[in-house]
Amino acid sequence: MKIFERMSVLRSAILSAILLSTLSSTASADWQLNLTEGVTEISRRVFDMHMMVLWICFWIGVVVFGAMTISIIRHRKSRGVTPATFHESMTAEIAWTVVPFIILVVMAVPAAKTLIVMEQTEDAEITLKVTGHQWKWEYEYLESGIRFISNLHPDSREAAQLDSGIDPASVENYLLETDRHVVLPVGKKVRILLTASDVLHAWWLPAFAVKKDAIPGFINEMWMIIDEEGIYRGQCAELCGRDHGFMPIVVDARSQSDYDDWVTAQLAEAEAAANSADREWAMDELMERGEGVYATYCVACHQGNGQGIQGVFPSLVGTPMALEDLEGHIDMVMNGKPGTAMQAFSTQLNDADLAAVITYERNAWGNDTGDIVQPLTVKNLRVH
Amino acid sequence: MNAYATTAHHDDHHDHGPAPGLMRWVTTTNHKDIGTLYLWFSLIMFFIGGAMALVIRAELFQPGLQVVDPHFFNQMTTLHALVMIFGVVMPAFVGLANWMLPMMVGAPDMALPRMNNWSFWILPFGFSLMLCTLFMEGGGPAAGWTLYPPLSLQTGNAFPYLIFSIHLLGVSSIMGAINIIATIMNLRAPGMTYMKMPLFVWTWFITAYLLIAVMPVLAGAVTMLLTDKYFGTSFFDAAGGGDPVMFQHIFWFFGHPEVYILILPSFGLVSEIIPTFSRKRLFGYNSMVYATASIAFLSFIVWAHHMFTVGMPLTGEIFFMFTTMLIAVPTGVKVFNWVSTMWRGAMTFETPMLFALGFVIMFTIGGFSGLMLAMTPIDFQYHDTYFVVAHFHYVLVPGAIFGIIGGVYYWLPKWTGHMYDERLGKIHFWSSTIFVNILFFPMHFVGLAGMPRRIPDYAVQFTDFNQIATIGAFGFGFSQILLLAIVVKCIRGGEKATDQVWEGAQGLEWSVSSPPPYHTFDPQPVIK
Repeated sequence: MKIFERMSVLRSAILSAILLSTLSSTASADWQLNLTEGVTEISRRVFDMHMMVLWICFWIGVVVFGAMTISIIRHRKSRGVTPATFHESMTAEIAWTVVPFIILVVMAVPAAKTLIVMEQTEDAEITLKVTGHQWKWEYEYLESGIRFISNLHPDSREAAQLDSGIDPASVENYLLETDRHVVLPVGKKVRILLTASDVLHAWWLPAFAVKKDAIPGFINEMWMIIDEEGIYRGQCAELCGRDHGFMPIVVDARSQSDYDDWVTAQLAEAEAAANSADREWAMDELMERGEGVYATYCVACHQGNGQGIQGVFPSLVGTPMALEDLEGHIDMVMNGKPGTAMQAFSTQLNDADLAAVITYERNAWGNDTGDIVQPLTVKNLRVH
Repeated sequence: MNAYATTAHHDDHHDHGPAPGLMRWVTTTNHKDIGTLYLWFSLIMFFIGGAMALVIRAELFQPGLQVVDPHFFNQMTTLHALVMIFGVVMPAFVGLANWMLPMMVGAPDMALPRMNNWSFWILPFGFSLMLCTLFMEGGGPAAGWTLYPPLSLQTGNAFPYLIFSIHLLGVSSIMGAINIIATIMNLRAPGMTYMKMPLFVWTWFITAYLLIAVMPVLAGAVTMLLTDKYFGTSFFDAAGGGDPVMFQHIFWFFGHPEVYILILPSFGLVSEIIPTFSRKRLFGYNSMVYATASIAFLSFIVWAHHMFTVGMPLTGEIFFMFTTMLIAVPTGVKVFNWVSTMWRGAMTFETPMLFALGFVIMFTIGGFSGLMLAMTPIDFQYHDTYFVVAHFHYVLVPGAIFGIIGGVYYWLPKWTGHMYDERLGKIHFWSSTIFVNILFFPMHFVGLAGMPRRIPDYAVQFTDFNQIATIGAFGFGFSQILLLAIVVKCIRGGEKATDQVWEGAQGLEWSVSSPPPYHTFDPQPVIK
């Protein structure tokens, strides 16, 4: 019996070793085992505390499992031992109540201290407002007024479709790349104001040790001072619906002067975009732009073929709204439908994007209404 | 406790057997029959919930989407949790309680036999409501088992089915708990004082109070969701003056005691098994009882550690961090007492003992990661990652489930009158243990490395550990077919079991025959 037992262990061990070795050939992976140490003072303190607790647990484990192992080896009936009869000891019970309590106090004090520092959000030099939407992040720099939406990068989006046939390993930073990066200066205290427009999300950047929930109707705060320039990546960490896994966060930390240049360029670009709404757009131009907007903002629910998912996300193909009710269509896209995943896109997209995507939806997938919505129409509706 | 004297003898003319045919199971009020129904129900749900887990792991075998749409993936994570919690672990505990509590306290049956029948038969209807949503347009619930609004309010037609299903499961649990408390308080044999009760009885007694305290809270929370969705209230909608975070507070006020509902009876099972196979009395019986009660008390003041990232006031975060860390003390006491029970015993390693030993080691590993998660500043890094997934699966699978399986092997000869196949039992233990670690241990690593939970697709650097976990999942899943085979084989036949079954076993249940008569303890035994 015992031999059999050992053999089954051995066989399983060999089997898993073989499986593991075949697996490693497919991987382009780094085998990161531990927490990210990060590039802020707080993240390093958090990392050190993590290591401290890990080692405390390790040594407690050594003692407890060690005693068990000795017992299992020595105090077995097959060795002919007679069982002892002791079954209580007040001294032992007090000892293993008091000693763990002291260890806990040793752990709790530095933890509380770090926590207090983490919650000190005052005296920030830059304030970044982050709004979670299904399924993208909106960023607004409160001092300079720069505002944009950051989506999953199109290359990742394309590869992440069911049976896309694209090897994720061939996509650079698969699922961890966005179409627009958040740019921040190093060495400055950045305060983040966090909220959401629809459901709960959570903004998490491991390298800064910041994670908090974005809650519709409420504002959460956190802060960081980034020490090193570089690109840092994170993800949404609170289940927020179908594309929860597809709303990454990318922060580009730059020197102060590079950051200032970026701010100037962004402001100029925003002005140019605002002016483009005033001219007349051609059908082809709108269709091309609309396709891009659709692929970024609409495809997750309404799907590439416009048919949605039955019972969850409505189809846009051949429906009365897409074919006839132009006003209703514009209203739906701009103002959304409360209580569903359909958002008010007027706050997320500019006039040209809105006009383009509505035009696209009315002329794609055989809808062929020939309707053209001009950016100026949208702009005027916004005013009202 | 060696001094049990039983006067039980079974007059055949008093011993009414079960009704013949299928109606026996529909109309039965016999605690043994109802226990059997609960246990089979739990085993069936174990395979259903397990199949859902395998869908999840199959999708996560590689980066990219190959198997299911993300929306369906979310339905699987949601229903896997609900099925495993409410359909597997809780019914299995109630099944074991039904079978064993009356026999352990020297009672002829449960105190409220008709309610006992009803509390079981509600369950299949509850789960039919919940699972039929999978075949509806728009599919099942996909907002996670925690049902956080506003996301859960986006659920389609599945929503009311889910809410009423949870109501039914809650009613069933509350009735089961009332029955257990009534049995323990009223039907103990003469001389069976509270501090003589076996630990499994004690842990269930405390668990039953937890159930009665928190199941109505869950019912209230989901009812508020229902009125928010259909009747225009805005309990959880900021636009109407409500607060989505309030749901989380209410939910976890239920949810944390629920976590202990899922583990305390397993503590009891392990506390029965380890002394039997160590041939030595349980070390520190009194402190085990007090530790269980302390854990139950603390479970009511730690709930917000599930939601450290919602943006609580600093004082709130510190309070919940300290109380949570405190749980390590009574839990540690339990582990130390189990190890001391083994110390200088005369151990043998039959299958129940193997599962109990596996429980102590792997539950403790889950306890360690729990301690790490308790510390708020580091929890910000762990929260909602696979580190959390690893943590709660360690305490629930090689924790709660191993405890249950150990209990089943321990009492299976008593129930059936046959010894199970020891060789197959050991194979079942070793394959379960090896695969469960291949399945859940790598999740610690991907979690620390930054993989969020509840995602259907991941960045390529997480590939290797996810592939290992998926192999472990299929291995663990298929190992459980062995459990089914062993149980069926044992029911059909095998070596005759003695009344005593295990050399070192103590307690009233071993004083009756194997299998026990349909009605035990008539007249009641007297404990001296």
